Amino acid sequence: MKKRSLSFYLLSIFFAMFILFLYGPTLTIAILSFQGPEGGLTFPMNGVSLHWFEQLFERQAVGDFGGALIRSLMLGFAVMISTVVISLLAGLAFRKHFAGSSVIFYLTLASLIIPSILISLGIGLMFDRLRLEPNWYSSGFGSHLTWTLPFGLLIMFAVFNRFNPNYEMASADLGATHWQTFIYILLPLIAPSLIGVGLFGFTLSYDEFARTLMTSGSFNTLPLELFAMTTNVTTPVLYALGTLTTLASFSLIILTLVILKFVRSTKGAA
Amino acid sequence: MPMINSKNIHSYWQSLPLGMVLLAFLVFPIAVITVVSFWDYNEFSIIPDFIWTNYEYLLSSPVTWKAYLQTLQYALLTWTITLGLGFTLAYFLAFHVRTNGMQTLLFLICTIPFLTSNIIRMISWIPLLGRNGLINSGLQSAGITDAPIEWLLYSDFAIILAYVHLYTLFMVVPIFNSMMRIDRSLIEAAIDAGARPYQILRDVVIPLSKSGIIIGSIFVFTLVMGDFVTVKIMGGGIRASIAVLIYNEISLLQYPAAAAGAVVLLITVIMMLVILFRLVDIRKEV
Repeated sequence: MKKRSLSFYLLSIFFAMFILFLYGPTLTIAILSFQGPEGGLTFPMNGVSLHWFEQLFERQAVGDFGGALIRSLMLGFAVMISTVVISLLAGLAFRKHFAGSSVIFYLTLASLIIPSILISLGIGLMFDRLRLEPNWYSSGFGSHLTWTLPFGLLIMFAVFNRFNPNYEMASADLGATHWQTFIYILLPLIAPSLIGVGLFGFTLSYDEFARTLMTSGSFNTLPLELFAMTTNVTTPVLYALGTLTTLASFSLIILTLVILKFVRSTKGAA
Repeated sequence: MPMINSKNIHSYWQSLPLGMVLLAFLVFPIAVITVVSFWDYNEFSIIPDFIWTNYEYLLSSPVTWKAYLQTLQYALLTWTITLGLGFTLAYFLAFHVRTNGMQTLLFLICTIPFLTSNIIRMISWIPLLGRNGLINSGLQSAGITDAPIEWLLYSDFAIILAYVHLYTLFMVVPIFNSMMRIDRSLIEAAIDAGARPYQILRDVVIPLSKSGIIIGSIFVFTLVMGDFVTVKIMGGGIRASIAVLIYNEISLLQYPAAAAGAVVLLITVIMMLVILFRLVDIRKEV
């Protein structure tokens, strides 16, 4: 191995500073959420307590936090399942050329890069014109899919680009039907990537704000509740909520990574 | 990828759900926006019509042009900074980190914040940048400044900072991806041929990372051009970007005006994309 050059050390310091920049603010509010009951939005810490976390569960303090959380979790779960299924099917479709494939491909890209406010406004107006009541589980659900599906499809592209079709051919040679090949060969091989798609689907939906704005109907999801809080709440209860949701996201991501590692290692052993 | 014993007939039903979702929640809504942008409205409702007033008002208003100029400035500044940061970080990950495990770990550390809430990540700057925040109190107790610096929070500075904080990742991932595809023997050949490190960077690494740089640029440009959340939270309600104007009109229920603004924004973004897409073949990248 070559000796490390000076640029390696400089770049390492640069990288470390970026990580600090990335995570520092989140850590700061995590610390400040333990403010004493008299403490404010900034340092110094005025004692240490769980006061603001308790406040979170009192209805008057932060509006309908519990309801918003449940709606966001349910919506995230529905979006996750749909994203996995729809992306998997579309990923399979794109393994072969078919008429209209490039139209669907470019529409998917457009869905990813179009400004979110257009999706929000468009779906809101569409429901209004169709005399439909916008709801988080109908219009909100659809608007979230326009955000999660492009990620799902791009991940599936990456998966199938590296996928070795010989496994399927071998399976077919041994007399397996299409369905058997799919269930016993393809699905187990790409399962880790599907878990990844699911994680993206859930977290992107759970945190989505701009596309939910005009599509959630009369009940807020958690990000909408948070946005409202940024203008009216001036106590560390805001930080407590932020810390709690970030912690939930982190746990979910780490749990997924552990599951993925477990899946990979059992496969390696088999 | 051709498969044996299968016809493309399956592709049609398999791509149907995706196609339906895009049709119902992307194509149709955009069509509705376009139609409504020609409608009339009063304080209570929107009225089907075909008028150009919304566009005339929009394009003749100095507020619109100011917002466009402002947003373009944000986009250019954010692009420059995220490109510099993103390229350097990706370069470090791709060429200086030696083991695959370490590479994956550091890559994950960079990408995990993407899966957490943007709003919370913006709020997190308040205790650092505020009037009594960590930076101001630090500067004052060190005797560098006598009074709190006012432009740290609720300012253009805060907006750019938040953009860089949120969007650098969108540069790192595609650039890292294209750097990982660079054949390492090309670099060894350049070294053998006597190239200096900066020459390798300029003549080998940068040209071969071009597609990643352009994909990252597409993300950063379109995200900043269409953003209103960051400007609302970090700008403290005084700054206006293009999307903030649309957001304000939505709040006032002036949907046709908002729709006209949205159509013009969409055209602007599409024009930028046409230029950027000319530089890269997107289908080869995924």
